[in-house]
Amino acid sequence: MSLLKQFTRILLVSFLGEVLHFLLPLPVPASVYGLILMLIFLCTGLIQVEQVRQAAGFLIEIMPVMFIPASVGLTEAWPSLKPVLGPVAATTLLTTVLVMTVTGVVTQFVIRRKKEGQ
Amino acid sequence: MRGFWGDSLFYGAGVSLLAYEVGLLLRRKFQLAVLNPLLIAAACVIGINALLGVDYPGYNAGGQYLSYLLTPATVCLAVPLYEQLSLLRKNLAAVLCGLAAGVLASMVGVLGCALAFGLDHQLYVTLLPKSITTAIGMGVSDELGGIVTITVASIVVTGILGSVIAEGVFALFRIQEPVARGLALGNASHAIGTAKAMEMGQVEGAMSSLAVAVAGLVTVVTASAFAQFL
Repeated sequence: MSLLKQFTRILLVSFLGEVLHFLLPLPVPASVYGLILMLIFLCTGLIQVEQVRQAAGFLIEIMPVMFIPASVGLTEAWPSLKPVLGPVAATTLLTTVLVMTVTGVVTQFVIRRKKEGQ
Repeated sequence: MRGFWGDSLFYGAGVSLLAYEVGLLLRRKFQLAVLNPLLIAAACVIGINALLGVDYPGYNAGGQYLSYLLTPATVCLAVPLYEQLSLLRKNLAAVLCGLAAGVLASMVGVLGCALAFGLDHQLYVTLLPKSITTAIGMGVSDELGGIVTITVASIVVTGILGSVIAEGVFALFRIQEPVARGLALGNASHAIGTAKAMEMGQVEGAMSSLAVAVAGLVTVVTASAFAQFL
């Protein structure tokens, strides 16, 4: 399917995500609603995976680029960050390592225990 | 000159893409995890902006069009997730345990740090949603009475940091299962970690996407419960 048609589907699902965000009073962004909707559409066959695969692959590949403006925006947060920099930086560092380790170790433990059981 | 940068629609996006290309080049050349392309790109752009005297709104006049793509890109994360659904079903128990443990570790970790460093309630709730994707994190922080700019800063640093240290953490704790790696990256470092997970492989990327959505949604509830503890 042409790229334009693929992008059309992706943008329309994003829009539906915005509609849900507008209608439901939860702090859930349009992007997460859109992700869930897209998954539902793919599972029900309303959208076939071939109808979005190429465009989706492209958008996912260039995803890091989309975070550059927010990262550059850290300079704007500097004045409010400066007085609390030490504890905020330490908390950010420690919890990132902690969450990554705990998630990885627990998941792997359960996977391997199941494998051994078989 | 200042007026010109503020009006330029292509400076911000152009310089960002160029800086990212530099980041990719450096990483290919030196193969070091610290040389994360996003980290290099952000540092380069900050440097170039300072050199040219461009302020953030001037840069973001063009840069915002890159951020604009984030919603459709996040929606597209459903595609690898869909393609790995059978793998998800096969490992459902492990995935659920990992996600729950990770979200809990995040909350308990922030609480522990807040107690250890003597943070006040406002700063504590500001940092509670630091491991989830920006859009949800901002909403949670705002709702709990946190300082949203600091939340966003912490979320972005968490994302970049997680991408940089992932390989080291996985080696140190011998985390080799692709499913476990993907969940760990997504749970700890949200969508920025997912971008890194996608580079590692399809399974890692799909599991990371799943973690971003689930951890984000679960944190909405758990963060408001944990907010009572300090």
